Amino acid sequence: MSRTHIVGHSAIRVDGLAKVTGAAQYVDDLEFGPGLLHAAVVESPHAHAEILKIDTRAAEKAPGVVRVVTGADFPYTFGLYMSDRYIFAMDRVRFVGEQIAAVIAETPEEALRAAKLVKVAYRPLPPVLSLAEALKKDAVLLHPKLGEYQRVPWFYPKAGTNIAHWRKTRKGDPAEGFKQADYILEDTYTVPRYAHCPIEPHATTAFFDMSGRLTLWASSQSPFAQRDVMAIALKPFGLTHRDIRVVTPYVGGGFGGKAGVSMEIIAAVLAIAMKGRPVRLHWTREQEFRNTSQRQGVIARIKMGVRKTGEITALEHTLHWDAGASAEYGANVVNAVGLSATGPYRIPHVKIDSVCVYTNMPPCGAYRGFGYSEFHFGLESHLNRIAKAIGMDPVELRRRNAIREGDTLAYGAAMNPGNLLGAMDAVAGEIQWGRKKKSKKSHKVIGKGMACFWKAPALPPNASSSAYLKFNEDGSMNLSVSGMEIGQGFLTVMAQVAAEVLTVPVAKIRVETPDTDRNAYEWQTVGSHVTWGCGNAVRAAAEDVKKKLIATAARGTKRKAADLYLQDECVKSRKDASFSLPFRDYVISGIMQPDGRFIGGPIHGTGMFMPEFTTTQGDPETSQGGHPNVHYTVGCAGVIVEFDKETGKMDILKVALAVDAGKAINPQLVRGQIVGGIVQGLATALYEDIRYAPDGRLLNPNFTDYKIPTALDCPAEIVPIILETPQPDGPFGARGIGEHTMIASAPMMANAIEDALGVRLKTMPLTAEKIALALKGIDYEEVKGDSLGFCFRGRPCDYPFEVGGGIS
Amino acid sequence: MKKEIFFQLNGEPRRVDVAPHETLLDVLRGKMGVHSPKEGCGRGDCGACTVLLDGKAVRGCLVLAMEVEGQAVTTLEGLGRDGPRALQEAFVEGNVFQCGFCAPGVVLAASALLAAHPDPTERQIREALAGNLCRCTGYEPIVKTILAVAKKKKGRKAKPSSAPSRRTAS
Ligand code: FES
Ligand code: FES
Repeated sequence: MSRTHIVGHSAIRVDGLAKVTGAAQYVDDLEFGPGLLHAAVVESPHAHAEILKIDTRAAEKAPGVVRVVTGADFPYTFGLYMSDRYIFAMDRVRFVGEQIAAVIAETPEEALRAAKLVKVAYRPLPPVLSLAEALKKDAVLLHPKLGEYQRVPWFYPKAGTNIAHWRKTRKGDPAEGFKQADYILEDTYTVPRYAHCPIEPHATTAFFDMSGRLTLWASSQSPFAQRDVMAIALKPFGLTHRDIRVVTPYVGGGFGGKAGVSMEIIAAVLAIAMKGRPVRLHWTREQEFRNTSQRQGVIARIKMGVRKTGEITALEHTLHWDAGASAEYGANVVNAVGLSATGPYRIPHVKIDSVCVYTNMPPCGAYRGFGYSEFHFGLESHLNRIAKAIGMDPVELRRRNAIREGDTLAYGAAMNPGNLLGAMDAVAGEIQWGRKKKSKKSHKVIGKGMACFWKAPALPPNASSSAYLKFNEDGSMNLSVSGMEIGQGFLTVMAQVAAEVLTVPVAKIRVETPDTDRNAYEWQTVGSHVTWGCGNAVRAAAEDVKKKLIATAARGTKRKAADLYLQDECVKSRKDASFSLPFRDYVISGIMQPDGRFIGGPIHGTGMFMPEFTTTQGDPETSQGGHPNVHYTVGCAGVIVEFDKETGKMDILKVALAVDAGKAINPQLVRGQIVGGIVQGLATALYEDIRYAPDGRLLNPNFTDYKIPTALDCPAEIVPIILETPQPDGPFGARGIGEHTMIASAPMMANAIEDALGVRLKTMPLTAEKIALALKGIDYEEVKGDSLGFCFRGRPCDYPFEVGGGIS
Repeated sequence: MKKEIFFQLNGEPRRVDVAPHETLLDVLRGKMGVHSPKEGCGRGDCGACTVLLDGKAVRGCLVLAMEVEGQAVTTLEGLGRDGPRALQEAFVEGNVFQCGFCAPGVVLAASALLAAHPDPTERQIREALAGNLCRCTGYEPIVKTILAVAKKKKGRKAKPSSAPSRRTAS
């Protein structure tokens, strides 16, 4: 690949100054004037109940109230992949905190006060708060109408059950594979739910103007997907895509939680109810925990066979997911894992069952990692245990099975380029793998752990991107895209791609956050795919501009286009060193001719990208035959930890993480993703600990009781390592890395705990308390109390992984 | 119930009517058009609402507006009035913030720290920022940048006095 001048260098973020000066505007910073109305929602106190009656009379009469809205006004469902989510609960509520009604008032206080006056009569139903209960024959159903919901063709819901989707992948003959094995290990791992915790909670202001146009200002990763979902759900109001506009200013953190649609549609219908006045809906931190989406909890059974020499012969991986009350987004997480739960290894015989189960807990959806963090915990723990059992170094075991370019994936397609072995070597070197480290303190001991990871974006096969580029009079440019700047540096990276092609400095390119009326289309900012997909669109747009720059210069100066090239914001000629035409001299006004005419005109370009090689049309029983994933990004992480043998308290001395970015368009931003992802990942691994009461109430919806890391909770040293094996279809070889950086955290820590202390934890989070108990020989399962982290309470080893009623 | 209060906001005298239950954050954002302090939790956990009250970093969501009568409140709108400060510039140069939602609070908390302790240790910086949650950066770039800015300032200040001392030594 030829040398790049801007790509591969750490350009300053285009949003950097706005963010440190307070100039950057987030949704709730926008002013809507004295006409702005405020909304508060009425929430369900029950996990599962029939709604008998909603009495809004008292609320309607309360001071400042202009309108009370219930499901009777908007009896519609919506969803990104399956329309199983209700704008307002209709006949029944399905989780504690579900919205039943909303009060619109002149001030936020008046709305809140009146919301308490809405009286709802319920008939409690048995809540489904256990996966085993949800899956048994004749289970209480959350969605009796499951068979009727609109859905994408690659979901397989089982009507008459609580199964929203079941992804099956079958390769080879697992029975035969296990026969070939010298050693087989089978065990169960659990991962609870987690909350995204962006520091900015969800907020939307919506305005349905007197001409019937609906505008939403939303904190969102998905302006276009939101417009599409709303256009479908709100069709009964005569709204079309043309009538709906979604504007997304800066977003204060997403992590997947602001993908798709959640509370935004409530704001939209409230605005429709109050034509002519904007309505603001702002989630409190508590609502942010309870009623957006969470990461799904999962219980996973892994059976793996290996030869003495370390080759994996077969894998059976069964995962039952606690999807919550709606699976409109979460079922795609389950789907993604069902395709990829082999991890980055070549395994000849594979059986994966990934089952998405409705429960009476808050709905779940995308969370940085999209299911991969969850299944890697079990898989990468399992590999270390197998290595120990057959007396092999765990890194060597991984090396022997590491996936390589061209290998056949579990669903039959071929693996893309990626340097997993290089990542392992880099990390092993960095943490001096294989060399024991002794603590200076007698009550402390030091352990090391490593884990590999891979992840593919989970996209519909037609998830496309586009870009527009135009010049201004002075040769500066505007780039229009609709990927979302959620902190990862997307805007900057897109500017760098355009700058590289056009030789225009990044600082002269303005890229703004999306507005669906004005910006180029982008499906949504998820799956770590925008650097790749939207980057390809921007590159195409820049090439389009380049062609026009040269064609106009050729025509206007009577030169051959083939002799012209771009350099330092000028068109130059290979044949005539004295020729140099600055862009600013002609990109708007054209090139003056001797007779006073002008040739040319405003130069702009467009580009688009569609992953045309993907298809989800594999066999539903085996997943063979499709090409559902565009590519995988691979990597490895390792850690050195010091443990207190008495208390289990940990000090992380060093973490190293290597990821194959294909090409780091902005290395500093890649390193930023690695460091941020490691810290977020370690928090989920070690102390973020969500708790539900046995009746389904979330017990810790705040930062006092649900701990996220502070500046005091960081590893002493973090070493980010970037590998670059080009992705042939990526912009300058780039592929995504944003989510990947947190995937290895939990298994890497579990492996370090075993290395240091000889105990193996199989339930996340891996708290100091669990370690201390294990060291004292106390079974955590005996003392864990009755709060739940997801819809599972018993002993993992007793979970039957059964699906009743003959469903398969 | 409402009471008129007077205070300095970013160097200018301001008056505003406030109710007893209104927080400084509500009043700044809702009544005075000052939007750089953010609301992340509304209960003192996240620090996104940090403002300076007579130079000290406080949480706008925990301070009742009535309490600031007669005091000086500074937000980023005031801090950067004469152009971004060295610390802000260093944050930009280092590509430190990601989503940026925590940035106003972090910049103010760090400014207050550096005003009180021009030469803080890494531990002091981490302690001073422990109440400002950031979900994106992993804190490392924030902490390293504050440390570097402090070192650079110290270096600049130290130079005139260190030059003669070197001469004496030689
Ligand atoms: S909003 Fe004040 S501390 Fe979170
Ligand atoms: S940069 Fe996103 S919260 Fe700090």
